[in-house]
Amino acid sequence: MPEIPRPQHRSPTRRLAALFACVAALGVASATRAAPAPVQLLNVSYDPTRELYEDVNAAFARQWKARTGQDVAVRQSHGGSGKQARAVIDGLEADVVTLALAYDVDAVAKAGLVAPGWASRLPDNAAPYTSTIVFLVRKGNPKAIRDWDDLVKPGIQVITPNPKTSGGARWNYLAAWAHALEKSGGDEQKATGFVRALYANVPVLDSGARGATTTFVERGIGDVLLAWENEAFLAVEKLGHGAFEIVVPATSILAEPPVAVVDRVVDRRGTREAADAYLRFLYSEEGQEIAARHFYRPRLAAVAGRYAARFPKLRLVTVDRVFGGWAAAQAKHFADGGVFDRIYAPGR
Amino acid sequence: MTAPARSLAEVERGPRTAPPRPAAVPEPPPRRARRATEDPPAVRWALVAVALLFVGAFVLVPAATVVAEAVRGGVALWWKALVDPDALAAVRLTLLVAAIAVPLNALFGLAAAWSVTRFRYAGKSVLVSLVDLPFGVSPVVSGMATVLLFGAHGWLGPWLLAHGVKVVFAVPGIVLATVFVTFPFVARELIPFMEAQGVEEEEAALVLGATGWQILTRVTLPNVRWSLLYGIILCNARAMGEFGAVSVVSGHIRGVTNTVPLQVEILYGEYAFQAAFAVASLLFVLAVVTLVAKQALEWHHRPRRPTVLRSAP
Repeated sequence: MPEIPRPQHRSPTRRLAALFACVAALGVASATRAAPAPVQLLNVSYDPTRELYEDVNAAFARQWKARTGQDVAVRQSHGGSGKQARAVIDGLEADVVTLALAYDVDAVAKAGLVAPGWASRLPDNAAPYTSTIVFLVRKGNPKAIRDWDDLVKPGIQVITPNPKTSGGARWNYLAAWAHALEKSGGDEQKATGFVRALYANVPVLDSGARGATTTFVERGIGDVLLAWENEAFLAVEKLGHGAFEIVVPATSILAEPPVAVVDRVVDRRGTREAADAYLRFLYSEEGQEIAARHFYRPRLAAVAGRYAARFPKLRLVTVDRVFGGWAAAQAKHFADGGVFDRIYAPGR
Repeated sequence: MTAPARSLAEVERGPRTAPPRPAAVPEPPPRRARRATEDPPAVRWALVAVALLFVGAFVLVPAATVVAEAVRGGVALWWKALVDPDALAAVRLTLLVAAIAVPLNALFGLAAAWSVTRFRYAGKSVLVSLVDLPFGVSPVVSGMATVLLFGAHGWLGPWLLAHGVKVVFAVPGIVLATVFVTFPFVARELIPFMEAQGVEEEEAALVLGATGWQILTRVTLPNVRWSLLYGIILCNARAMGEFGAVSVVSGHIRGVTNTVPLQVEILYGEYAFQAAFAVASLLFVLAVVTLVAKQALEWHHRPRRPTVLRSAP
């Protein structure tokens, strides 16, 4: 066979191959070195609950180990509530979901992953902690915003995300509607006019609650931010450094972020027992204490009493009573062609 | 020095300041062609200033912001953010994904370029267009395509689920999405180069009795190695930096399916601004390394004609 002249530079190709081998080996080695935990749960949750569940997971792992001798590692996934529900439907293997709205858990149930009637399997509508919608204003409350009616005054800029995409924003919207409906003695026409005036004062409609908070806090836009109570506390504590104040309206809505075991997943993975215990732990005194520490309103009277000073008293209405449940509220207000589509014209 | 060959200084001063020439010397014909480069200095400086201003405003200032924010709380805090278990897991996952996706696409790119430039067959132009497809599609769509195909309600999802194979919201899905998005980089780099190079060397090797494998390893690969490396560097940069497609298929499980870009977004959304910028500074380092490697390659390998003995013209 004739000699093929050897090209001079062969080594770079080889070096390259060696480099890839090294990197690949590194990656594979680290991927296989997962913790040898006997039980692993995945909690798919919404955006602002990360710190809450970090503490809950650690406490639950201690308690479960003490009770059963088994190690349990709970992993977390966070994102917009609707997006997270979508991911679970598409195959994200969540053992439990802890979302912002019952509507999102309903969507997962409709896909056949959670048994119907999930809301009655756990106490308190399957919502172990509650929250509400409050106002965050700038230090000293320069625009003197005290209640919902102040939000529709001319010249007030209100920051709230888009209720079509954000769970938190739907609570904001429904709270405003409930206030207007109550004040007008049940006149829906007037309530519609009220939310129309309110959204006319919204300069930017962010897609999520975190985006809206960033707009208000970091970019300094707007006079008042409608926010989850726990988000407002977080903004004051973590970002504010005395630059913001929380204003509590006389009436607001009772937000009940629900939790549910994802039946199809736990049955396949054989994790039902641990997943059930995990959600029940949220209702225990220890779980409630952790929730209260993270600015969620506890259900347990004993814990609520200890944190009474933190959570101001206000009248809270429920979605079920004012709107006849989430499905009805969704269809009437947020579906395409619903009330929100009719009252909101961007760029006015 | 003869009159037509003007010095550089004269050229820069422009025609108006050029010394008058003796009438006997004819005007050199290329004078007209030179006009374009003889804009008044004010125009040239204005153009340079505008270009610098744009580069400064849109590239340098944001890059500097990232670095400044990353170390604002001090180097100790920066380091603490980097060695956080979730951040480390994100770095490991990013390295793993790149370590799988980049060699795959290097191999594929080489095969595609070889088949496109060395053979003639029907439908070749369609193949070339298809190679480019991921460039034209938004990464979000790429991610959604992966979910539609492998998701629990996708075409292959139910079968995979029944056999206990996890693709979406797990590492395989992230790798698939990354492979799809970074698909064209190596092929795009190689095809024009190999086309320009022609097939003479391979034909010579063939005539001398080399086997296909020998031709590949001793003729083709050594010839294209710089282009290949260049494509691999770009492919790697994109694989490590990809956000959109990976975001859709990741599931955002902390410490498990978050890559570095996703980790940055999550930290930012959690008001952990300093940590977000600290992790982002890793991506910035990646960009700098890519740039330096790219530049080094260009220095090393100035475009020159392939060293082929050609028949006389």
